[in-house]
Amino acid sequence: MAARLNPTAKKLIRQSRNKKDALIPLLQDIQAIYGYVPSEAVDLIAKELSIFPVEIYGILTFYTQFYLTARGRYTIKVCQGTACHVMGGKEILDYLSDKLGIRKGETTPDGMFSLERVACLGCCGMAPVIVVGSDFYGRCSIQKIDELLDKYRSKRAKKVK
Amino acid sequence: MDIKILICMGTSGISAGAEEVARNFESELKQRKLAGKCRVIKTGDRGLFRDTLVDIITPELGRITYEYVKPGDVAGIVEKHLLEGKPVKELQAGEDYKQFFSGQNRIVLSNCGEIDPEDIDDYTAHNGYNALKKIFNMTPEDMIEEIKKSGLKGRGGAGFLTGLKWEFCRKARCPQGTDDVKYVICNADEGDPGAFMDRSILEGDPHSAIEGMIIAGYATGANEGYVYCRAEYPLAIKRLIRTISQARKKGFLGKSILGSSFSFDINIKQGAGAFVCGEETALIASIEGHRGIPMPRPPFPAQKGLWGKPTLINNVETLANVRHIILKGAQWFSSIGSEKSKGTKVFALAGKVKNTGLVEVPMGTTIRQLIYGPGGGMADKKAGFKGVQIGGPSGGCLSEELLDTPIDYESITGTGAIMGSGGMVVMDARTCMVDMARFFLDFTVTESCGKCVPCRVGLKRMLEVLEDITGGRGKEEHIDFLQEMGTNIKDTALCGLGNTAPNPVLTTLRYFSDEYQAHIKDRACTSHVCLGLLKFEVMKDKCVKCGICYKACPVGAVDWKKKEYAKINKDKCIQCKACINACPFMAIE
Repeated sequence: MAARLNPTAKKLIRQSRNKKDALIPLLQDIQAIYGYVPSEAVDLIAKELSIFPVEIYGILTFYTQFYLTARGRYTIKVCQGTACHVMGGKEILDYLSDKLGIRKGETTPDGMFSLERVACLGCCGMAPVIVVGSDFYGRCSIQKIDELLDKYRSKRAKKVK
Repeated sequence: MDIKILICMGTSGISAGAEEVARNFESELKQRKLAGKCRVIKTGDRGLFRDTLVDIITPELGRITYEYVKPGDVAGIVEKHLLEGKPVKELQAGEDYKQFFSGQNRIVLSNCGEIDPEDIDDYTAHNGYNALKKIFNMTPEDMIEEIKKSGLKGRGGAGFLTGLKWEFCRKARCPQGTDDVKYVICNADEGDPGAFMDRSILEGDPHSAIEGMIIAGYATGANEGYVYCRAEYPLAIKRLIRTISQARKKGFLGKSILGSSFSFDINIKQGAGAFVCGEETALIASIEGHRGIPMPRPPFPAQKGLWGKPTLINNVETLANVRHIILKGAQWFSSIGSEKSKGTKVFALAGKVKNTGLVEVPMGTTIRQLIYGPGGGMADKKAGFKGVQIGGPSGGCLSEELLDTPIDYESITGTGAIMGSGGMVVMDARTCMVDMARFFLDFTVTESCGKCVPCRVGLKRMLEVLEDITGGRGKEEHIDFLQEMGTNIKDTALCGLGNTAPNPVLTTLRYFSDEYQAHIKDRACTSHVCLGLLKFEVMKDKCVKCGICYKACPVGAVDWKKKEYAKINKDKCIQCKACINACPFMAIE
């Protein structure tokens, strides 16, 4: 199955052979390539690092950063930190979930958006905060969310044309 | 260059559009042929959010601060301030800005917002690495003594004496027959929701933490260090990588530092999103490439830590204090603060307070002084102060009568909260305390590693009960259950996460019991937060017919005409609470 992995990923995995603390950074690098950690990568890592796949899945499911399935084009992270909660972060998450028709952790059927909740982004002064892709948006309101979703959808539409 | 232009560009600044402001300054200066005379310095966040803060320092006018600078304002500022020599009055920082910085004693944050964090020369021009140069005239034992005398305590939460920790690690021996190796770890896994001082230090003054690590390495006899930083802080990681490579080039890191026999180098480890990894033993497991699951202590990491070797773990803010103590002396440091807690503490002030941001005050300052001094009081005067949450998910909610509690480790612990990493979230009448307790428990249940039963199962049961109460299914006996279960978990959980997780519930039960009673007996949430208890009806005695709710509703479910009471059409309502949050009179319940 490892045939489906691209050469960069294969090289990264081979380079980590026998490095005792390499596993988590390696998985982070693999995720940086694919947006998630494909099962083919897990199999190859297990072989190269001489560990059981179950150990790798143990790590993948323990840390919230890792995904086992493909992500949407834009990942929307909604901050659920204390300050954001007090300023209405939960309503923002509920609204987004409703509007996109997906729950947290899921991806829209068109592959546009994935929805995530994060514990705290450390931007409490601008609460409530959401992150779309790598862009931070502070002092969010439900109106602002509508505008943002439209903005990203039209950005995508333009690119497709 | 005689003219300096400082632009605040931390994560918060950038998200508010500081990059465009900086670009405009650069192009405007070029166009007006001023580029040779001015230096544009992109600093970290200064601690106050005023999208965007710009300081201009000229020999004629001195230092003038502008706030809320938009990209479109730049041309005007350059024209008036730099060419005509007249400050732009409308944009000058006002009273709030002054109030925010008065009453603070900025030691750890002294460079944040003042220097270019990506330029090592700017740091050395501000006394940087001078403490490192000084240590080679001292023995490690003298240095440990100095840190002990200063009274510095760990700023990560537990408040253990830093000097003592260093001494334990210095004296610890490696297991027989193995190499004599020790490690220093900088804990930058700032997971407490509501705390962001470590991020600001790493973004605004990363060299200060690195210098602290090198000094700690010298004192404990370690030659290798790790910075364990959350992956959620991409800018901090980027700056750390740069900082370390710059320090290596200048000979502050690497083999035989500054010509001495001492060698020290630092690796960066990115966290992968697990709150429990802020706990020392879990952090070590994570660096070793395992699931971040805590181990029972003892043995403490200072004796048996990373790869089984003695390991010193200090928090970012603690390490950033070190260079100041070495430079100015233990006596100077211990003259600041209260009797038992020395120095300053950085608080992340957020929530319903007027000025939100990072505030550094001497230990012993009261909570009231902090909120009504730098904080500028409540954002919405009408809603009034209700409580303040200190210490994140491990801390507690304190009520108004505790506002005069001095901020030091002992006094805060006495209230049932803990100092934690210094998150401080202010809450007003629109915050439901039962919901707050549920919120924190929801967080700790999600983040529990699952190893020990009290934390894994006990917290879950407590959360279910709180969900019942906020959902309108509360029973009288729930209060006793929460009290008993909370106390038991505190006594029996394995690590700091579980030991402190019931604090938010226990403190709200103690200081806000009337709200629990209202939820259970009257089936009412007086703060209009808990969805299960809301009716989405307009109360005519409070409604002033202003129509704000009508404008706020995203689905057009509010019927309103001028001079008429608003009415909510329940068939259309999606219960998003936009109207409730928008209403200035709390007229919708």
